[in-house]
Amino acid sequence: MSHTTLYDKIWQAHLVDEQDDGNCLLYIDRHLIHEVTSPQAFEGLRMSGRQVRVPSKTLAVADHNIPTTNRAGGVEAIEDEQSRIQIETLEKNCAEFGIDHIGMMDLRQGIVHVTGPEEGFTMPGLTIVCGDSHTSTHGAFGALAHGIGTSEVEHVLATQTLAQRKAKNFRVNVVGDAPDYITAKDIALAVIGEIGTAGGTGYVLEYAGPAIEALTMEGRMTLCNMSIEAGARAGLIAPDEKTFEYLKDRPRAPKGADWEAAVAYWQTLRSDSDAVFDREITIDAANLPPLVTWGTSPQDVISINGRVPDPAAIDNEARRKATERALAYMGLEADMPVQSIEIDRVFIGSCTNSRIEDLRAAAKVIEGKKVSDRVNAMVVPGSGLVKKQAEEEGLDKVFLDAGFEWRDPGCSMCLAMNADKLSPQERCASTSNRNFEGRQGREGRTHLVSPAMAAAAAIRGHFVDIRDF
Amino acid sequence: MEKFTTFEGIAAPLDMINVDTDMIVPKQFLKTIKRSGLGANVFDEMRFRPDGSEIEDFVLNQSDYRQSQILVAGDNFGCGSSREHAPWALLDFGFRCVIAPSFADIFFNNCFKNGILPIALPQAEVDKLMSDAKQGNGTVLSINLEAQTITRPNGEAIAFDVDPFRKNCLIEGLDDIGLTLKKSEKIDAFEAERNQLAWR
Repeated sequence: MSHTTLYDKIWQAHLVDEQDDGNCLLYIDRHLIHEVTSPQAFEGLRMSGRQVRVPSKTLAVADHNIPTTNRAGGVEAIEDEQSRIQIETLEKNCAEFGIDHIGMMDLRQGIVHVTGPEEGFTMPGLTIVCGDSHTSTHGAFGALAHGIGTSEVEHVLATQTLAQRKAKNFRVNVVGDAPDYITAKDIALAVIGEIGTAGGTGYVLEYAGPAIEALTMEGRMTLCNMSIEAGARAGLIAPDEKTFEYLKDRPRAPKGADWEAAVAYWQTLRSDSDAVFDREITIDAANLPPLVTWGTSPQDVISINGRVPDPAAIDNEARRKATERALAYMGLEADMPVQSIEIDRVFIGSCTNSRIEDLRAAAKVIEGKKVSDRVNAMVVPGSGLVKKQAEEEGLDKVFLDAGFEWRDPGCSMCLAMNADKLSPQERCASTSNRNFEGRQGREGRTHLVSPAMAAAAAIRGHFVDIRDF
Repeated sequence: MEKFTTFEGIAAPLDMINVDTDMIVPKQFLKTIKRSGLGANVFDEMRFRPDGSEIEDFVLNQSDYRQSQILVAGDNFGCGSSREHAPWALLDFGFRCVIAPSFADIFFNNCFKNGILPIALPQAEVDKLMSDAKQGNGTVLSINLEAQTITRPNGEAIAFDVDPFRKNCLIEGLDDIGLTLKKSEKIDAFEAERNQLAWR
């Protein structure tokens, strides 16, 4: 094949059937499941008397509403009855259908999009799905990975395939040398700010260019993770030596001769030099400022040195109304400087920014300093393995000494299903991915930032330019 | 799944862009292990105060719209989380059709799996239907999936596009998994070959 993109290649390699009307059946190599979007799928299987076609291609881990404190008593001691039932239901369903399940007390337990890569369950060239929109994370490895609904979870369990129509190709070129303070999070926010939350709808994004090659695997996961915030179900980055280095010797990665064969194949996974993209944009990472969201959509992005927008200056009526609503919800005045916005909470965590590199970046900023009196700050590592590594490096001490809480792994306050949530009107600098109304708690106010920017805001009590910190 | 052919229903206007699935069904209701019963929680934080009382201004709390079956909304409807609880909640409330200038991909797919018809139309057409919906007072739109038309109260018919395969699945009330299992031999053959690969 020539003129083809990375997405085209992975798609073609998984095509089981293609109808004349363009509806296709795609083979699914890996399926991740968690407690919130799977119970109804298993119930559906039971009601129709169906089995799981290939149990070994599914991996389960509870993350969404698992507690991040007081876990010593195990699952049966979880106070919230509905949460406990959901987590127990996942365990029971996995036992009944023969699916590998990483339990809450297992060191490897974590957010499904942190655990999957750590296990080597995620690999280049595979198709990966999960009943969670942030499955796009795994595209960092050059895997075609996207979120699905619960009916589709059931479909994958029963058939190991997914009914799909092919998406279009969209290349995001990120050029220039990103300065130290510009992280993958800033690049992600810049992309979403540029194309909007629906800009990627119907496309698979491929991130390419020198600034992408320069990113670590953690950074690439952060970037691909937020593809869905630009409307794209999947984001992709061509695998390279960093990818192979990350995967080598992971528990589920191929070994010996299989490893050599796999690497040889993975090296072919890149868009052809003459590949045709339906849409392309270019962003210069060298000129990006640290970014913050001011509103209730991830596209509401501004520079740390910017000002909150003024709805009066917006011509489009729907946009102006949305901006007015967002400002009212966020409790902000038009035209106020971003750095004057005071915060009450800081959340460092989520499938976007809870990996070791994120925790190191935040710890570096706060070392030897104290969290502002007005701020309650917490760190929720992405997995037990991240937590352990951070503790081996002494990062937990840095956080605790500064006044941060140091929690057990889970999705936590990214979506506030468990006890970790904002109170009404509380304002949070968050390393998560969504600033929607009510996302982190009813009437809570979320500003999306990188880990270093969140950490700096925790110390000062308001947003600050990390370059001046 | 209930078969979808033709129906007349009250249309509720939700004149907002970027309505996300967190708005459609907030996270505290995702703890259920069932599909049913979520209609009581649809748009919960826009519909009810923390004490459970109704917020009078919200469209679904107005007497004209309590029996709505069609939702007319702004651009990028259903963005954000993949939660299928969003279409489950809409369906359980009584909605069978959502009309907007554009939809987020995952939500759009999830609708078809549950017998909800999402219709994407040019902004100008949505604007007409939005103004019809805002009339209230029992104003209905008529949806004909077979003919792919929406008939306005003034008799004007607006045509819409729908994927022929998905259209057929809705009309026949077909089960996706059942359809795929008819292709089991192809899946078997593909899988046998794929399982030989070192990088599978």
